Amino acid sequence: MKRRNFIYLSGVGAGAMMLPNLPAFGTPIDPAEALNQVDARIKKELADVALNTAKSKGASYADIRIGRYLNQAVITRETRVLNVANAESYGVGIRVLVNGCWGFAATNNVTKDGIAKTAERAVAVAKANAKIGGKPVQLAPQKGFGEVSWKTPIEKNAFEVPIKEKVDLLMSVNGAALAGGANFVNSTILAINEQKFFASTDGSYIDQDIHRLYPNFSVTKIDSSKGAFETRAALSSPVGMGYEYLIPSEAEKVQGIVTRYKNRYDMLEDVKNATKNATEKVSSKSVEPGKYDLVLDPSHLWLTIHESVAHPTELDRVLGYEANYAGTSFLSVDKLKSGNFKFGSKNMNIVADRDQKGSLGAVGYDDEGVQPKKFDIVKDGILTNFQTIRDQAHVIGLKESQGCCYAQTWSDVQFQRMPNVSLAPGKAKLSVDDMIKSVEKGIYIVGNGSFSIDQQRYNFQFGGQLFYEIKNGKIVGMLNDVAYQATNQEFWNSCAAVCDESDYRLGGAFNDGKGQPGQSNAVSHGSSTTKFTGVNVINVKRKIG
Amino acid sequence: MPILNKEEAQALLKKVLSYSKADACEVSLGGSEGGNIRYALNAVSTAGDIGTLGLAVSSTYGKKTGTATINEFDDASLEKVVRRSEELAQLAPPNPEYMPPLGPQTFKDAVTYNEKTAAMTPESRAELVAKSLEVTKAANLSAAGFLENSTDFRAVMNSAGLFAYNKSSDVTFSVTTRNAEGTGSGYAARGFTDVSKLDTYGATKIAAQKATGSVGARAIEPGKYTVILEPTAATYMMENMFRFDARSADEGRSFLSKKGGGTRLGEKLLDEKVTIYSDPFHPELPSGTWSGDGMPLEKTYWFDKGVVKNLSYSRYWAEKKGVKPQPGPSNIIMEGGNMSLEEMIKSTERGILVSRLWYIRMVDPQVLALTGLTRDGTFYIENGKIKFPIKNMRFNESPIIMLNNVEALGKPERAISVESYRSYMIPPMKIRDFTFSSLSDAV
Repeated sequence: MKRRNFIYLSGVGAGAMMLPNLPAFGTPIDPAEALNQVDARIKKELADVALNTAKSKGASYADIRIGRYLNQAVITRETRVLNVANAESYGVGIRVLVNGCWGFAATNNVTKDGIAKTAERAVAVAKANAKIGGKPVQLAPQKGFGEVSWKTPIEKNAFEVPIKEKVDLLMSVNGAALAGGANFVNSTILAINEQKFFASTDGSYIDQDIHRLYPNFSVTKIDSSKGAFETRAALSSPVGMGYEYLIPSEAEKVQGIVTRYKNRYDMLEDVKNATKNATEKVSSKSVEPGKYDLVLDPSHLWLTIHESVAHPTELDRVLGYEANYAGTSFLSVDKLKSGNFKFGSKNMNIVADRDQKGSLGAVGYDDEGVQPKKFDIVKDGILTNFQTIRDQAHVIGLKESQGCCYAQTWSDVQFQRMPNVSLAPGKAKLSVDDMIKSVEKGIYIVGNGSFSIDQQRYNFQFGGQLFYEIKNGKIVGMLNDVAYQATNQEFWNSCAAVCDESDYRLGGAFNDGKGQPGQSNAVSHGSSTTKFTGVNVINVKRKIG
Repeated sequence: MPILNKEEAQALLKKVLSYSKADACEVSLGGSEGGNIRYALNAVSTAGDIGTLGLAVSSTYGKKTGTATINEFDDASLEKVVRRSEELAQLAPPNPEYMPPLGPQTFKDAVTYNEKTAAMTPESRAELVAKSLEVTKAANLSAAGFLENSTDFRAVMNSAGLFAYNKSSDVTFSVTTRNAEGTGSGYAARGFTDVSKLDTYGATKIAAQKATGSVGARAIEPGKYTVILEPTAATYMMENMFRFDARSADEGRSFLSKKGGGTRLGEKLLDEKVTIYSDPFHPELPSGTWSGDGMPLEKTYWFDKGVVKNLSYSRYWAEKKGVKPQPGPSNIIMEGGNMSLEEMIKSTERGILVSRLWYIRMVDPQVLALTGLTRDGTFYIENGKIKFPIKNMRFNESPIIMLNNVEALGKPERAISVESYRSYMIPPMKIRDFTFSSLSDAV
């Protein structure tokens, strides 16, 4: 590819690039730089400097992450390109264990000298922290893997696709929305590439090349005579895939009252539907509050799984490490150890799996050199496990970590973050149409909207993108102002049926927040369409003067 | 050193501009240094110390702009980054909303920098955390907290003669205390420009009292209640409304959009007790004296006695609408009243004292309808006294509706939003008919 074609348009909308060192975005770069990778042999040499320095200064264990994080964002509204930003963040994070206490330091000076000094700083931090006291860290054993590598199985690297092609797609998307009568539309494509090298005193040198993609749009329809407006966002999700996700495929479409998507996404088709939907929403019927059976599409249910199951089963949260910010959990080690804590109905089978193809959390190794395995969190409705990292595994009697360690960038310390946590499909054959036929009074919800859950992950409220009223087994029209409220166990114990594997799809988010200073984690959650009975639905419509 | 003084920054930026061959060039420079300690279960869990310095150059030919950045500062690197931004500008399409660079402006000196805060070290941070832990260890409570300080500078210069510089320092602290049984929880958060005002011992004492006092919470029926929101709770509730953007209001996509078109500028939208302004020179909550695009910031009223007084207009949107540009708020101060929290409780026949709110999310942007929950100390008030702790509740409410139901306001104090970590000057407030929609068993 010619360099000038590659970087064409890369300088537009400079405003957002004026802030140096945007923490989540790194330093803006020439996009052509994104295709150059740092040689793993050089990274190994640098890593050895950190590990040897740490050991010589008294560390019983040390690891280093040499990270190069690339982001590209193409941002538009209506007929204008608002921004094209290419960013890079490159540096080193070193973690050490000294006198039973963790120490961490980071630098963007990726030289042998810079790394040695940073390793010394990490040791000094650990020694200072050890004086404050607390229980010594107990690290689960982990074998060294030697020199290994892993790459997201992509077909088309998003960074190799000319920016012009992305701009053209987004301009077509915006054009379709405006032609359909939208008053406002914005659209984006965000591509991520994490080039991560991990090494530890266990004897691992792990080189990973991780890719993610996030296409999105929002369409707004305004009725100024009523002073009302409604929006509908894309029914895609961010994915752990290359640009192939944006090449439409009829085989990957899920037909129904609105088209949804599996492993390929038709952005142009979706925006046309979104424009119709936003227009319908402006004049749709406001929901009558009460108890309803809910039929939840995977494009919606992923977020409920994320908030109500994935977060409360993080062991660090259960133990109190998040108490000052995101909170604790209604679950406890005692409830797990009892072996009979009923989280939900027997239809509830929750699986953690970092190996799911196309998922945001897919990696070969986590950020402390553990090869993640698939494990059950809830089996037939009974709580069976928590998510752990190496210094927590012993708390619940495990002999090894479950590979749930992740850091947002090289400059952030790694800590417990969720893997992909998903609801397993039903074993019996069940289609969405048959599920809807089984509902007398219900609401079919597609897409995720507002979301809120308490600090122990118990009481929650969720909205959505599209709400369809079900009466006597048939969809009869669109509803508005819908939100459902429930307590966690009450909700999951009302899980009456899960469609079979043919309907299974992933949803997810780039920005799962946790920690202080806050860090983001990208994670997917899969499910098939699922029915919950007798859920409390409220009407959220309010008026101001 | 990541922190440059005004003269050093000016000299460096002049040198960068001297390499420019574009029609217009704007250069910005920024640096920060600081650190943090996070602790949980009465012990440090993580700590960090980081410093950064970076330079961004935007070059423009006609209406075509390109930007490049660098963090190397030798002459060759500085010239390279200018050439790269010019190359990118030549390749970019014209930006129809491009505004030419501002000429020289006059800025008053900011009051955002404090030497004591800038001089904080890992040791001084650890001492402040140790004082917090003294409280919780003595009270047999568990503490989880976070302390962070930072010193930053920003400078901008352009080919039309603009130069602006600002240096600031800040420290924030928050702590959650819980009893061993997990049946009581309390919270306190503080933020200052001057670290000598930070009393981690005193703040943790308050959090500890709330943790002990909230044990044995009883359930009450959800519904409409008079609430007394402590500043931390009020801040988080109101933060969502501090976007006074004229463009989205004009486009019909905002709570400030007028039915039939246009904005609600000049309309009385809130109770007349509500006056909200920004002021870069406020002694307790100072801010920088210029906006991101180099416009001077001055004291600006957004709501005056409940009336929408100003909206923010970008230079582009102001020109399109034929009005004066108005930068958005750099800080937020809400005027208060003279009532103390104790007097508010004493004057309440039946109500709820709320210490902290949590997980607030937008339900309907048209009316700013929000949902979220109480947390870390919720108490029932009857006949002017706190009677007992109550279980937490979920609310569905709009800050616009809430600020129409103001019964009384206390003295504004600096409070931190528990999610964005931004500070605001907000009074405690007594609000009637606040809508709670369900109970939560969470402690």
